[in-house]
Amino acid sequence: MDGVTGIKPRTLAEKVWDAHTVVPGKGGKPDLLYIDLHLVHEVTSPQAFEGLRLEGRPLRRLDLTIATEDHNTPTENIFSTIADITSRTQIETLRKNAEEFGVRIHSLGDAEQGIVHVVGPQLGLTMPGMTVVCGDSHTSTHGAFGALAFGIGTSEVEHVMATQTLPLAPFKTMAINVEGTLKPGVTAKDIILAVIAEIGTGGGQGYVLEYRGSAIRGLSMEGRMTICNMSIEAGARAGMVAPDETTFEYVKGRPHAPTGEDWDAAVGYWKTLPTDEGATFDREVFINADELEPFVTWGTNPGQGIPLSQSVPFPEDFGDENEQKAASRALDYMGLTAGTPMKEIPVDVVFLGSCTNSRIEDLRAAADIVKGHKVADGVRMMVVPGSQKVRAQAEKEGLDQIFKDFGADWRFAGCSMCLGMNPDQLAPGERCASTSNRNFEGRQGKGGRTHLVSPLVAAATAIRGTLASPADL
Amino acid sequence: MEPIKKHTGIGVPLRSSNVDTDQIIPAVYLKRVTKTGFDDALFAGWRKDENFILNQEPYKHGSVLVAGPDFGTGSSREHAVWALRDYGFRVVISARFADIFRGNSGKQGLVAAQVTQDDVELIWKQLEAEPGTEVTVDLESKTVTVGALTVPFEIDDYVRWRLMEGLDDIGLTLQHEEAITEFEASRPAWLPRTQ
Repeated sequence: MDGVTGIKPRTLAEKVWDAHTVVPGKGGKPDLLYIDLHLVHEVTSPQAFEGLRLEGRPLRRLDLTIATEDHNTPTENIFSTIADITSRTQIETLRKNAEEFGVRIHSLGDAEQGIVHVVGPQLGLTMPGMTVVCGDSHTSTHGAFGALAFGIGTSEVEHVMATQTLPLAPFKTMAINVEGTLKPGVTAKDIILAVIAEIGTGGGQGYVLEYRGSAIRGLSMEGRMTICNMSIEAGARAGMVAPDETTFEYVKGRPHAPTGEDWDAAVGYWKTLPTDEGATFDREVFINADELEPFVTWGTNPGQGIPLSQSVPFPEDFGDENEQKAASRALDYMGLTAGTPMKEIPVDVVFLGSCTNSRIEDLRAAADIVKGHKVADGVRMMVVPGSQKVRAQAEKEGLDQIFKDFGADWRFAGCSMCLGMNPDQLAPGERCASTSNRNFEGRQGKGGRTHLVSPLVAAATAIRGTLASPADL
Repeated sequence: MEPIKKHTGIGVPLRSSNVDTDQIIPAVYLKRVTKTGFDDALFAGWRKDENFILNQEPYKHGSVLVAGPDFGTGSSREHAVWALRDYGFRVVISARFADIFRGNSGKQGLVAAQVTQDDVELIWKQLEAEPGTEVTVDLESKTVTVGALTVPFEIDDYVRWRLMEGLDDIGLTLQHEEAITEFEASRPAWLPRTQ
């Protein structure tokens, strides 16, 4: 089409951006972009609602807004009163605000409650070509559908509530080309950990990433969500995958998906979205999928990752002085000795969950590994489905029983141990193999030590008691 | 938002890179529902260490934070900006800022001034040689001055203008009400609605 009209070839991100520009910015001003879907949770919204109230402003598009409770929610005894008073206040504040302004909310105990980034796609609210925002940096997850989706701060949450738009300066574009075939045991999580190790935690700053290539095309929607989810860990606010038949298949039939003629019109539009032949990216990165191995982090930022088969690095292996210092500080915090093979590191806890890896395929993959085994002595494993719907599906398939027989804790949906805001936390000094997204100091609880891994590595580690991949069993 | 054209205050050399927002304000402090009163939460984990720079005179009275590259990575929590602001910081200087943090700063009157890492090193040396040295950040000329040293900094022109004028984003956007309504009328009917 573009060849015919003579329009400059554009990338996926540029097409979505252009289709949502309400007022183009002139003279260095940002563009004003329309927002198709605003996801809300309890942590980053109270001050935004308060702002609206103080200014006497209504929430402009209730029909494009949806709220769920996830960060603070307990994952057991969910029908009792939340013990932590500040957590309870935050949840109750969201409920009150939702009622006062008329926002649809899925509260703790509701069949659709769950992590905001699991709930949106599951309801069919996330579709190709949309703009999706949420006061949460892992909003990048929704980019897996070919949506432009990114996290925003609370002032921006208020701005979207009041205007359904955001003033934004254009992003640069970066292609992450992942060509080849993944070896058995290597997953989407390993791809993204390898990407972050390659470009660094700041490498994506100012960019929208587009994940391309045969290895990405071969992934399921859930795998693509895992990859886009962690774009922010590479510094990029958004990551995208062009929509294809896999995408359409996933969206079709979901509660909010278009039907009949609307479906045909939607698919017709979605097919125009992939990056045009001849479009240029501001930067390109190439990853060989054939060579990837299960990946694991050794340090305290997600860029500090290596293949599981390697050993804890020496600080002097790093180029500049700042990186050496950061590495030595990280080793100190993590309680690790340089040169130790990663596979010899024992863990206390295994966490399977978070908006990165808590969907049904993640649970199936892990259950498949642990089936018939027992959790290693002294290791505590928690399995936390991303949403109540995922939990119900897993129970229908008998996965809950597999995990329980293995000796793992089977929980209700929520952010859980991904961040220290709810009762699920590491004790100081405890070491965790976690399928979540951040290994920052204290992220999973004060003094807790996090190794980011895939669901397969998490499962194998729970069996062996030391960091392991299924091939090591 | 109060306009800010120029700020002078004690500079605090924070020799760390990748200062993520979980370090700036640990998650446990995010449970509050107010927009102020986060000063005690700033670097709460690190402040337990008595050697941490903000526990030392005269740095504890600082208002210009000079940090290593990749400041503000991780979580989108605007609480990180509120905590810096409530503590008394008006400016953060770094060679690289995370995108979301940079955006949040601009909306709360906190200046995120980007200088080269070489210049950060020079500023660090000055601030460490003479603790309590004041740093002047001038938005008009886009410069950072410490003693005899003056270096340029980068900031988005639009953000700079809004900071200097103290303008509220929502008010500015609502001037485009007509264009927004017009855009809404053109959206395809099959797009999802939550209710």
